[in-house]
Amino acid sequence: MSTGSGKAEFWRGARSTPTMIIAIAPFGLLFGALAADNGFSVVEATLMSALVYGGASQIVGVELFGQRAAPWMIVLSIFIVNTRSILYSAAAGRLIGSWPTARKALAFFLLVDLQYAESEREAEGGRRLTFAWYMGVALPIYLTWIAEAAIGAAFGRLITDPHALGLDFLVPIYFLSLVMGFRRRANWLPVVAASSVGSMLAYVTVGSPWHVTIGGLAGILLAAAMPVPRYAEPGRG
Amino acid sequence: MSTTLWIILAAAAVTYLARIMGHLVLSRFARVPPRVQAGLDAVPAAVLTTLVAPAALDGGLAELAALVVTALVALRSGALVTFVAGAAVLIALRNLPV
Repeated sequence: MSTGSGKAEFWRGARSTPTMIIAIAPFGLLFGALAADNGFSVVEATLMSALVYGGASQIVGVELFGQRAAPWMIVLSIFIVNTRSILYSAAAGRLIGSWPTARKALAFFLLVDLQYAESEREAEGGRRLTFAWYMGVALPIYLTWIAEAAIGAAFGRLITDPHALGLDFLVPIYFLSLVMGFRRRANWLPVVAASSVGSMLAYVTVGSPWHVTIGGLAGILLAAAMPVPRYAEPGRG
Repeated sequence: MSTTLWIILAAAAVTYLARIMGHLVLSRFARVPPRVQAGLDAVPAAVLTTLVAPAALDGGLAELAALVVTALVALRSGALVTFVAGAAVLIALRNLPV
């Protein structure tokens, strides 16, 4: 990253982050507030954001902690919510596969929903992903995420009416805006329909957090079973 | 060490495992089969949808209206404008004196 072009790449990545930082700020703060509400100290809440760095799973984790769930159940639930990362990891691995191992190891730690979405968008624009660009996107988001946990945990008690502020429902609104952003992909509508139905059925039968894994698999398996799009056919032209 | 700290460390370990596992498994293939590729392309829409649809089941009028507005605004605008529009509808409808 010491080269001029590395620096330029870093800033090109960083310049795209303010929108994302504003969009996820409510969830970083919400996590901090929920963590404190469920018995985490400010240090513990901050540490969890720094080490786990997975918004939805952290919120599920502290809520289960507050319900006095067994520790192994809490850790298992966090893993289940994050199983979608297995698929991001496989997909992103194609984009950053040529990087040195240490850089890849760090990149996968930072591979959250947004980072994955941005990486796919960068690749869709025909660019080869550089480590400097990747860190330019990742670091501002990661560092503000940690700070938000501390602020949320310290000041969360000041929010007297989270329902009126819509805090509990900002997450679905935010994720829907991301889903809509992928609408030009092959098989988008059938995939979204299958995942919607699958996740809702799982939600009312097996219960949370399995709806994430089951619903996600429904859409992915449908996409894999559909007629293969032309771009993926080998050796034709 | 406190139980909380152990939970955080174990959660960090399983999360990192999830983030690196897909690559470690898939990088063993010389080339990615087309159907696997098609499945991987569907991952973001498929998984992110599961964080929306069940929440819509639990939602009332304000929540459903917010999701509809979010989807419509997304057809024309970027992520932040879309998010703000959806949130504004939600907060406005929740605070209406009905």
